[in-house]
Amino acid sequence: MNNSLWTDALYRLKKNKLALLGASFLVLELLIFFLIPLIVRLGYEAQDLELTFAAPSLAHWFGTDSLGRDLFSRVIFGGRVSLTVGLLASLVSAIVGVIYGSLSGFLGGKIDNLMMRIVDILYALPFIFLVIILMVYFGRNFILLFVALGLTQWLTMARIVRGQVLSLRHKEFVEAANSLGLKQRDIVLKHLIPNTLGPVIVYLTLTVPSVILEEAFLSYLGLGIQAPLASWGTLIKEGVDVMDLAPWTLFFPAFFLSATLFSLNFLGDGLRDALDPKGARD
Amino acid sequence: MGINYVLKRLAIMVPIFFLVVTLVFFMIRFAPGGPFSSEKTVSAAILKNLEAKYHMDEPLLSQYVRYWKDLFRGDLGPSFKHANRTVNEIIAEALPISLELGLLALTWAVLIGVSAGGLAALKPNTVYDYVPMAFSILGICLPTFVVGPVLVLVFGLWLQWLPVAGWETWQDRVLPSLTLGFAYAAYISRLTRGGLIEIRGQEFIRTARAKGLSESEIVIKHSLRGGLLPVVSYLGPALAGIITGALVTETIFNIPGLGRFFIESAVNRDYTVVMGTSLLYFTLIFICNFLVDIIYAILDPRVKYE
Repeated sequence: MNNSLWTDALYRLKKNKLALLGASFLVLELLIFFLIPLIVRLGYEAQDLELTFAAPSLAHWFGTDSLGRDLFSRVIFGGRVSLTVGLLASLVSAIVGVIYGSLSGFLGGKIDNLMMRIVDILYALPFIFLVIILMVYFGRNFILLFVALGLTQWLTMARIVRGQVLSLRHKEFVEAANSLGLKQRDIVLKHLIPNTLGPVIVYLTLTVPSVILEEAFLSYLGLGIQAPLASWGTLIKEGVDVMDLAPWTLFFPAFFLSATLFSLNFLGDGLRDALDPKGARD
Repeated sequence: MGINYVLKRLAIMVPIFFLVVTLVFFMIRFAPGGPFSSEKTVSAAILKNLEAKYHMDEPLLSQYVRYWKDLFRGDLGPSFKHANRTVNEIIAEALPISLELGLLALTWAVLIGVSAGGLAALKPNTVYDYVPMAFSILGICLPTFVVGPVLVLVFGLWLQWLPVAGWETWQDRVLPSLTLGFAYAAYISRLTRGGLIEIRGQEFIRTARAKGLSESEIVIKHSLRGGLLPVVSYLGPALAGIITGALVTETIFNIPGLGRFFIESAVNRDYTVVMGTSLLYFTLIFICNFLVDIIYAILDPRVKYE
């Protein structure tokens, strides 16, 4: 792999202030969310019915909710669930998309044509409706949730990877590998896929926020994460129900969800500009 | 753009439609539970009658064939949960409400988006650029289910200017349509700004300026048509997004639209209503994308569809 490509990209990324801001927020958030529970026992479920709807204070930084649960712990806990679902689902979409796209691009010809027609057809399906039906009918379990969400997102990834593989397929280094007698499988795995890494990382970064948003959307409708588990979506829903009494129960989860989406989007855009300076910006 | 392209697009609709009907039909049938499983007091005999009435006692495959036959006649079947109402009646009542909400939201999105983006593009790197663009970042990052409740809290509960739920008077329409349109207004303003700024650098604009046209004539006659192309191509995804976004908006504001029936029927296992509303959603989204592609081809003579 070309080292200077990544060094150049890093240099360009460092000059993008919004992307850096996003990246720092995410690093900080991940550190806090995954380290604090190791140090302090978070009572995200502990109820204190004497202390419902307490305003933010030193004891409860983000206040408490309708059952007197500490909102700070719940926002952290919900954030871990939201981020985990986002990452896992994006990973599912990346795996499916990369395999499908690289196969389609590598096989070429009629098979490629057919595989891409199928993608076109699937593009026309608003998957979120299917996910809603799936969640309602097959129980709201965690694994089904992120697999289903991941499967709604692989189409664009497949298209991107296919385009890359198509353009790489006739490059000299692939011809060299061919003439050296490398197996087709190894050419795809060792030469083609690693060279599509840049766009895959960029698109992966942009998939995570859309999955987090979809999960929050489902949880808001009561169809995603179920109690006693919580995600930012369920916390926002709880906050909305009591927002005139305790606006902070809406504010904190909404703030963290929005800031995370903001950071991931800007980091993704920054990565895209950094890895492909000629690429289209919207 | 020829008639061939239109026919091709319509032809692709056939497998999609078949896929959706089949997928949704078997998905809900194979799931545990049924429309009558919650009514525990119902005796076995009554249950049997109920199942016979809705043909649920037949083999699944013949129910599937029956569904297709009814569908060809435009009959979406009776609702399982709303006694004495057909899915056609429910849709006839809910669809206009959802369409009105969606169109109002789209109007807001285009109106606010194009004017904010236009303002920003006319005076780039001034306060007229920074303020709308900062708002647009907010709009893109804040999900509908945050924007809606915040608007309700501020304008409904604190200031008490507007009603917070229902769908009777024109005041009822303001907050839901704004909520739904906000994110798209934000996106459209960025696209408009980008498109207009790019066009300004083009040679035909320089020519227009050299001819001595006034700045407003240049913008209205020359820049907008080309500069708004990205906005037009975004309208397809925007419409699809507005249709899905309406699910949440209708829940927040308690609006008796399609979205509410879709969710409610999914939860209640009202099979025919789930089928009918999903099919309608798929068709709507397909039509929206189709129309946008045609508008795009008309606006941009360079676009040629095969």
